[in-house]
Amino acid sequence: MKKRADAFLFAGGAISFIMVCVIVMGWFWTPYDPTAMDAGAKFSHPSLQHLLGTDNFGRDIFSRVVDGAGTSFVIALCVVAIGCVAGIIIGSLCGYYGGLPDLILTRVCDSITAFPAFLLALVIVTVAGPGTENIILALGILFIPSFARIVRSEFARCRELNYIKSAKIMGAGGFRIMFRHILPNTLPVLFSAVTIGFNNAVLSEASMSFLGIGIQPPYASLGSMLSDSQSFLYSAPWYALGTGGAIVLLILGFSLLGEGLQLKR
Amino acid sequence: MKYIAKKTCALIITLFIVSLLAFLAFQIIPGDPTTDMLGTEATEEARQALRQELGLDRPVLVRYFDWLRGFVRGDMGESYNYRMPVGDMLADKLPVTALLTLLSFAFTIALSVPLGIWAGSTESRIMDLSITALDQIIMSVPPFFIGMLACYFLGNVLKLFVPGNFVSYTVSWSQCLGYLALPALAIAIPRIAMTVKMLRSSIQSQLQQDYVRTSRSRGSSREKILRRHVLKNALIPVISFLAVSAAEIMTGSIIIEQVFTIPGVSRLLLASISNRDFPVVQAIVVVMAAWIVIVNFVADLLYQLADPRIRRL
Repeated sequence: MKKRADAFLFAGGAISFIMVCVIVMGWFWTPYDPTAMDAGAKFSHPSLQHLLGTDNFGRDIFSRVVDGAGTSFVIALCVVAIGCVAGIIIGSLCGYYGGLPDLILTRVCDSITAFPAFLLALVIVTVAGPGTENIILALGILFIPSFARIVRSEFARCRELNYIKSAKIMGAGGFRIMFRHILPNTLPVLFSAVTIGFNNAVLSEASMSFLGIGIQPPYASLGSMLSDSQSFLYSAPWYALGTGGAIVLLILGFSLLGEGLQLKR
Repeated sequence: MKYIAKKTCALIITLFIVSLLAFLAFQIIPGDPTTDMLGTEATEEARQALRQELGLDRPVLVRYFDWLRGFVRGDMGESYNYRMPVGDMLADKLPVTALLTLLSFAFTIALSVPLGIWAGSTESRIMDLSITALDQIIMSVPPFFIGMLACYFLGNVLKLFVPGNFVSYTVSWSQCLGYLALPALAIAIPRIAMTVKMLRSSIQSQLQQDYVRTSRSRGSSREKILRRHVLKNALIPVISFLAVSAAEIMTGSIIIEQVFTIPGVSRLLLASISNRDFPVVQAIVVVMAAWIVIVNFVADLLYQLADPRIRRL
């Protein structure tokens, strides 16, 4: 089992590392300007000049995919950050102090997680209107319960352990115990939750942008590009294959990492 | 019996709360639907009259109960944009989405359970490794991308079907199901991979239990233990996982309809979101939420049939 965990971690780490490198590179330099049109080079096949060919305006698809992947990546990162930080705060307070607030919040979290994030995000976007910030906020809020639940159960478990009791006897305050003593012990669990959350965020954002209720033009993410590429599926299949392939690689890398981390535990 | 009664009560209360929340979510929106409908130029009198016509001048709770009473009778309110009953707008679209969802759910169950059992009971290490790797890869492909690949390779290259050539079930059931089979499969494939992974680890952890060793030492064959004891225990967690899948499959249907141009609720839903046509969105959200709640209810019942210990909790 150990060997397999290492293999997963290695494969996932390699894919994610390459993807992140390409994305970071894309912030500073792409082979072509992702928005530069070249009417002479419409629908070029993949070649050395254009790694993934060009689209209906003659824009270089590889540059666009790198750029779009960057947008998807940043959105997913923000979503996970919101969900994780708020989840840690709610989960740690609930798990450590318990009582009635804990009971109520746990119930609320349970009922939220029973519904697909997509449906709730749909409601939030209808109410707040589409747009990058609203997508991040909607998905971020929906990701809070899953993190809160994991953190809560870890805190509730650690609360009764001896080292916490002794820390209390030494006179450590509630916050010091929670964030200095218990939180570091929840990190392994939290890490695999973050990788799963990241994948769900990439997928949810891609789905919403694919439907046109996520990222709005002129900005593009992998989901909205995949939706654009649909009209040219026959004349420029490399557009769809390149964009979809980028989504798959982004998700695959992190899901292998998450699986490896889970096996390691 | 007592368990079922208790669960049914919980079902009704949940449906009530869900409908209330869905209703309230669309009432707290800043802005006034009359501004959207009449434009910013409209006079205050015209808006007041429209508000009265739509019943927006009454208290929220009164409107909620009116709406709920109508909803139970099949009257889902009136669209702001088309001034048409929402029920009529959904009448020919909802069944298509429902059919797609059910078909996809059927595929998921019919394919993942045998595959999972086979994957869980195989003893070959190479098989085990390749199943794990394949599972991880398939799980990473979003259903709408699978759908697009199918459209391109099976539709455009191999010309096995014509993308967009949907036949309504009112015309021909077999052609309709034939067209829906591919999108249903596209939604089901990642779900199948997840269920197989889940069922496989469930079977493998059961196989390490003491009772398996005991039966083995008493001379039962591996197949017999698997069939008679292990499966029963291993399938229990899969039931609740499949209930979660039912919800995900439904959202998958909405997305895949855009890929295969299936005339389900998807386009109407998206148009209503961008036009802020809240009664339509509200009706669709409530119907979807009801489906999720009901699937969970059925899963709870199945769960206690499979594992009677739950009843005591």
